[in-house]
Amino acid sequence: MSELRLENVRKEFGSETAVSELSLTADGDLLVLVGPSGCGKSTTLRMIAGLEQPTDGKIFIDGEDVTRRSPSGRSIAMVFQNYALYRTMNVRKNIGYGLKHSSALSKSERIEKVEEIAEMFGISELLDREVSALSGGQKQRVALGRALVRDPDVFLLDEPLSSLDAKLRSQMRTELQRIQQELGVTTIYVTHDQKEAMTMSDRLAVMNDGELQQIGSPEATYVRPENRFVASFLGSPAMNFLDIDVERRNGHTRYLLDSHELVRVSDDTQAIDRPIQLGIRPEDLTLLDDPDDGATTGTVRHVEYQGNDSFVRLEVNGRIVTCVVPASVRPRQGDSVGLNFPPDQIHLFDMDAGDAIRSPSVDASDTRIETGPSTTEGNETDSRGANR
Amino acid sequence: MAEQRRKPSESSSLSESSASGAVHVDGLTKQYDDVVAVSDLDLHVEPGELLVLLGPSGCGKTTTLRSIAGLEHVTDGTIHFDDEDVTRQAPQRRDVAMVFQSYALYPHKTVRGNLQFPLRKTDISGTEATERVEEIAELLEMETHLDTRPAQLSGGQRQRVAVGRALVRQPHLLCMDEPLSNLDAKLRVETRSELRQLQQRLGITTIYVTHDQEEAMSIADRIAVMNDGRIEQVGTPEDVYERPANEFVASFVGDPPMNFCDPDDVQAAGIETPQSAAGSPDTIGIRPEYIYPTDSRGEPAAGDRVEVDRPSDPVVLTVELIEPVGRAYEIQLTGHGLDLVARLRTRPDDVTEGDSSEFVFDLDRLTTFNDAGEVV
Repeated sequence: MSELRLENVRKEFGSETAVSELSLTADGDLLVLVGPSGCGKSTTLRMIAGLEQPTDGKIFIDGEDVTRRSPSGRSIAMVFQNYALYRTMNVRKNIGYGLKHSSALSKSERIEKVEEIAEMFGISELLDREVSALSGGQKQRVALGRALVRDPDVFLLDEPLSSLDAKLRSQMRTELQRIQQELGVTTIYVTHDQKEAMTMSDRLAVMNDGELQQIGSPEATYVRPENRFVASFLGSPAMNFLDIDVERRNGHTRYLLDSHELVRVSDDTQAIDRPIQLGIRPEDLTLLDDPDDGATTGTVRHVEYQGNDSFVRLEVNGRIVTCVVPASVRPRQGDSVGLNFPPDQIHLFDMDAGDAIRSPSVDASDTRIETGPSTTEGNETDSRGANR
Repeated sequence: MAEQRRKPSESSSLSESSASGAVHVDGLTKQYDDVVAVSDLDLHVEPGELLVLLGPSGCGKTTTLRSIAGLEHVTDGTIHFDDEDVTRQAPQRRDVAMVFQSYALYPHKTVRGNLQFPLRKTDISGTEATERVEEIAELLEMETHLDTRPAQLSGGQRQRVAVGRALVRQPHLLCMDEPLSNLDAKLRVETRSELRQLQQRLGITTIYVTHDQEEAMSIADRIAVMNDGRIEQVGTPEDVYERPANEFVASFVGDPPMNFCDPDDVQAAGIETPQSAAGSPDTIGIRPEYIYPTDSRGEPAAGDRVEVDRPSDPVVLTVELIEPVGRAYEIQLTGHGLDLVARLRTRPDDVTEGDSSEFVFDLDRLTTFNDAGEVV
C-alpha cells in the first residue's frame, strides 16, 4: 500500500489553466475522479503518471517527491480505454512484458507471477492465445493484468471500460473492484460515467473547470452536495432547481415560488438575506393524485417509461420540474397532479456563489452515509474532507 | 447527410402531421461477403411513429437503418415507403433525412444558414424558405440563436440544429443513428426528451438506432430489439420490459438487468416456482425491483405507491454489497445457490453488508423461460 499525495498542483497550457491548486491524498483505496469533459481529470491523471509536468505544486508517493521524475522512474501503471496490447505476442507474453525490465525476479518467479495474475483475472485458459483471437472484455483483462503484474505503487485508469458494452462493463466493474481490494493498490480512476463513479469508488472526487469541487464517499456526495455544480452533475435525471423567495413568519420559514408556498419549515434558524435557489432531486418529489387545497400542482407534459421507474416532466408555474416515480404509477400527458416537496429533502443554494446553504437533514441513517459503505479506516472519508 | 431534391409540398406548415409516412421492410437480407449482417428481416413502421432499433454492437441495427435510407444495397428483400417500392432507389430520391452522432454543421454558417441549406435545391425559396426556417427554429426553441454560429452553441443546441436541418425539408422519414452519443449524460437525458417532443409535434415517421436501452425506453413508441441480424421482439417499451419474448430481450432491456436463476435454487429458497402446461421451466427470471426487504412485521417494505401483488414467503439471504447508484440502491444478495441483484429506491433500514436479512419476491412478477430461452 502506497500513499499518493498531491499538493497544490497546478497545470497551465499557455494561458489556459487546466488544473488549479489541486490537493488530494489516496492511500490503498480507489479514488474516482469525475467531471465533465475538460474539467482537468485526465490532465491530473497524466501528471501523476509523469506524462505532464505540473506548472506548480508537488506530487508525492510514500512521502517521496516524484514531481520531476520521469514516468519510468515512478512505480506507476496506467491503463487506457484502448488496450494497446502487443499484437504479435500471445497473452502470456503480453502480461509478462510488464516484468521484462524488473531484474529483481528470476525467470521462474516471473512465470509464476504471470500465472497468478492471469488467475486473478480469470484468463488462465487464454494464456497461449493470440491477442487477435480475444474478445473486447478479454483484451481489457489482459491489459489490466499486464499493468498490475508489476505490483505498482499507484494504479491509474483512464476510462478503461468505456469501449465495452453495458453488460460487460458492469461485470468488469465488479471484477476490478474485487482485485483492487485484494491487492490494496492505491488506485485513481478517471471516468465521466456517473454510475461507474458511484459504484466503484471508495471516495469520489468531483472536478469542474480544473478545480476540485468536493471529495467524499459517493453516497455523501450525492446526498449532500456542497455546491450547485456537484448537485447538478451527480444524478440522472438531474436535480431540479427553482428560484425561490424566502419568507419568515411566526417562527416558520416559507419557500415561495412566485408567491406560492412550496414548502414550510419550522426548524430553519439560518438567516437568509440573499437570492436563493431551491434544489430537489426528482426521486425525492412525490406525486399526489388528490392534492389538498393550496398544494403545489402541475400539469404532466411528458412521461418517460423506464421499466422500473418513470420520469415525469411537469409544468409547475411555467417551470419544468422532473419527478421520478415507480413505473406502476402511470400519470398521463395533460393530467393535473399535486406535488409534494418533503421539507427534509430540500437543498438550498446561494444563487450567485452556488454554495449549498442547506442540505437534507441529518438523521440516523446518515451515520452510515457519512462513513460510506466500503471505506477503510480512513480519516477523510466524509464529505467534509474537501474543506480541510 | 445526403442532399436531396424534394417533391413540392402541398402544405407549408411544419407542424401538420401527414397521413403518409409508413415504412414497410419485407424479407430484408444484407450480406457482406460471407457475413450475414441482417437476415430476412420484416419491419413495419406506422406513419408518425418513432421506432427504435435497439441492440448490442454488431446486431445489424445500423445496417438496417442504412438499407432503409438507401445507403446500402440490399442483398434481398423489399423496402416500401407507403405504396412506393424504393428498394432500388438512390438515397437522394428517397426523401429521407439522416442525423448522425456527429452533427456535421457548417461552422462558418449561422444557425439560420445551416437550417436554410437543405432548401437551396428545392423550389422553396424567398419568404417561404425564411418562414420555414423561422418556424423550425421556434419549434426547436432556437429562435433567439438564428444568427449564432455553431461554435458558440452548446452540444445539445448543436444537435437540435442538426435535427432541425434534417426536418426543414419535411422528409418522408427521419433516420437517426445514435444521435445523442456525443453528448454527456445529463445533456443526453434532456435532449432526448426534447427530441421526442419535437418528433411528436411534427408527427414525422422516425427510425432511431441506439444501443442504450434507457434511451430506447424513454423515446420510443415501439422498440425492435435486434440480435445477430434478426429482430427478437417488436413492441412498446412496456411490452419488451414487462412481457419480453425471450431471454435475450429480458437480459438486454433493464438496468440492472434481470436476474436469471436455476429453478431448483429458487425452490430451495422456498419460493413457489410457476408451473405451466409446457412443463417445468428451465430458467426463472426475476427483475431486481421485484425483490423487497421485509419490514418489522415481516411484510414487504415496497415503499410509497408500489404494490406487491403476491408476496412470497420471506427468504433469508446474505447481503454481500450495498451500492448507492444515485436515485436507487443496488444490493447483491446470495443464499440457497442464488446470486441476485435487488434494486431498492431507498437505503433499507437495518440491512448491513455481510449480514443476513429477510427478503420477499413478487410471485406474480417472475418470468419463466424454457430451454430454448423462450418465455413460457
